[in-house]
Amino acid sequence: MNNSVFFGALTVAGLAAGAAAAGTLDDVKARDKLNCGVTTGLVGFAAPNANGEWEGFDVAVCRAVAAAVLGDSTKVEFVPTTGKTRFTALASGEIDLLARNTTWTFSRDVDLKFEFVGVNYYDGQGFMVPKELGVSSAKELDGATVCIQTGTTTELNLADFFRSNNISYEPVPIETNAEAQQQYLAGACDVYTTDASGLASTRATFDDPTAHAILPEIISKEPLGPLVRHGDNEWGDVARWTLNALIAAEELGVTSANLSEMTSGTNNPEINRLLGTEGNLGEMLGLEADWAVNALSVGGNYGEIFAKNIGEDTPIGLARGLNALWTNGGLLYTPPFR
Amino acid sequence: MSDQTTNSVAYVAETMLPELPPPARETGVIKWLRQNLFSNIPNSILTLVSLWAIYVLLSSTLPWILNGVWTTSSLNECREVLDNKLGACFSVLTERWHQLLYGFKYPTDAYWRPNFALVLLLVAAAPVLFFDLPRKMLAFTAVYPFIAFWLIWGGTILTPILAFVGFAAAAVIFQTYGKKSFAIGFFGAIAAALVVWIVGGALVPESASDNALLSAVPSRDLGGFMLNLMLGVTCVSLSLPLGIALALGRQSDMPLIKWICVVFIEFVRGVPLITLLFVASVMLSYFFPPESTVDLFLRVVIMITMFSSAYIAEVIRGGLAALPKGQYEAADSLGLDYPQAMRLIILPQALKISIPGIVNVAVGLFKDTTLVSVISMFDLVGMIRGPILASTEWNGVYWELLGFAAVLFFVVCYGISQYSQWLERRLATDHR
Repeated sequence: MNNSVFFGALTVAGLAAGAAAAGTLDDVKARDKLNCGVTTGLVGFAAPNANGEWEGFDVAVCRAVAAAVLGDSTKVEFVPTTGKTRFTALASGEIDLLARNTTWTFSRDVDLKFEFVGVNYYDGQGFMVPKELGVSSAKELDGATVCIQTGTTTELNLADFFRSNNISYEPVPIETNAEAQQQYLAGACDVYTTDASGLASTRATFDDPTAHAILPEIISKEPLGPLVRHGDNEWGDVARWTLNALIAAEELGVTSANLSEMTSGTNNPEINRLLGTEGNLGEMLGLEADWAVNALSVGGNYGEIFAKNIGEDTPIGLARGLNALWTNGGLLYTPPFR
Repeated sequence: MSDQTTNSVAYVAETMLPELPPPARETGVIKWLRQNLFSNIPNSILTLVSLWAIYVLLSSTLPWILNGVWTTSSLNECREVLDNKLGACFSVLTERWHQLLYGFKYPTDAYWRPNFALVLLLVAAAPVLFFDLPRKMLAFTAVYPFIAFWLIWGGTILTPILAFVGFAAAAVIFQTYGKKSFAIGFFGAIAAALVVWIVGGALVPESASDNALLSAVPSRDLGGFMLNLMLGVTCVSLSLPLGIALALGRQSDMPLIKWICVVFIEFVRGVPLITLLFVASVMLSYFFPPESTVDLFLRVVIMITMFSSAYIAEVIRGGLAALPKGQYEAADSLGLDYPQAMRLIILPQALKISIPGIVNVAVGLFKDTTLVSVISMFDLVGMIRGPILASTEWNGVYWELLGFAAVLFFVVCYGISQYSQWLERRLATDHR
């Protein structure tokens, strides 16, 4: 009855906030469902498909955490949030975890009282130009007209970049990505600038994507990661180490193909600790011993998730770049499972 | 006289000449063209310019529509099929129509439920909209909200029954005591409804929804055009009585009531709807513990209703102000008390004057329901902007989707507008 509209309204005042006192991990286990905040739709990162099932790179994080905690990747309630409602939804307890291409910044971490549990995608602001313009570096863009979304950090980054390189530009302010796409294709601006992942997914929708180039300069740091509320470190640990497990699995060569084989025991003690055949890492987190196996069995390791949702074989076609393992020249690095 | 006539006239026609057809320029299509399109030089120029404009418009849109592709499964396939020819990619509609209409989470096998609720809505609304129909049909209108709630949200049938019993108890109490004293009847009715709901709510078991005839669908799973229609219908029908009450309250002689109404109307009208929606979705969740928040749909309905009732109140106040003072005095001199005077003399005239304004607010309100997409509810526009444009298959299909949304909204809004014109003609009592 609690869900019905009428009694929901009537019982609001009466219900005690019994849940608020317990830890989030216990709440999730008691509810047997993870409430995970995602975006209302971003190509490759989170969107429901034709059957209404959520898919995407951020969604995979939600599913992995649900699998690690509850043993079942379908026990997730996806709560769509907009850029304006995401932080309130997390702060008010409506969601347990926010995996919504959110940039890790000082003020969000400290002032808004959230805990970023890691970085699942290193993004940065880039430039896209038509190839016929013959530009190969952003520093050659002197005097160019630039389509830019107003009221975002990209606007400030752009001004900084052009000023520090002592070149001029003319901004064409636009409101949304959809509008930018139309303006850019209509030739209202020479250059379109936003996050590199956004540029790639926008370019993927063009009639002829090969006629447009994304310039090599990345002029800002946009580390995107999942976050939880401040002050519940046990839950933060679960989310952080689930993400780390995905990265570590790639580093250790554990894939969805050889997962069952490796679960039966290997010669590598770190793999054994990760997969729970040795040690008691799961117990320390307050989870089952096979938590990481569950998390990995959803969509494989970080590399597999990347390749499936946004990698080079998908229409979005993002290269690993900064998101390669540290052993391959990227930034992905997980502390040891020990 | 007759002699002279016969002598002076050389020839007298003895039969009527057959009628000649009128000159070609004074008949049929040509006459119509000459009179309406080419009556003088400036008009002719305007006609030619308009023809050219229509030609340009059609020659660019018709090939696009007629060349449309309906059967592919992604935008890229559309482009392959079209092979650089101009053409729309309507496949997005054929593949995602159910998401556009019902949202992406409403159970597929339950689509008949909102459809059936819509059909019943037409039946329930008919006696309200067309008062020539038998008045007994109003009984169904009274029950309809509970049937529709049960159909759309599903779950145990006890919930809508209980809600209905609560309202029925309130109505009985009001009928019994309201005649003697309005206040006793009014507050007694509220108390009776609350008692029924609280006692009944405690009696209905928690697990009643588990094996219900219709599976329960949480509000979050509603979406698409269905959500727009539900919000529009609910909010318009709730805000009309509320608006009348506010308009009358604002004209009241009792200072407390008057000032409450004035402050409410002025405050709500002074705040953008989107701000109220943010309050509904964001602020309220800070005040309530996580497990006991009010249903988001209900919060949004309350906010939109508040907003539109303030506007409707001002429209109706205009109607009240347009009545000559003599009408009020006539009612008083007949010995009618306040409710009678309002019900029998003032409101019928004031509401008739206000029809165009009320319809204007209703149409605006219906279109404003798309604003809920900014608080992450997946209404028609929310579905387009969020999930569908964010899918890898359909990223980049704008005209087809938004055109479809425009057509849906146009059909409904044009229907409302036509109905209001019919109503005005039907109620026209002056210039006979």
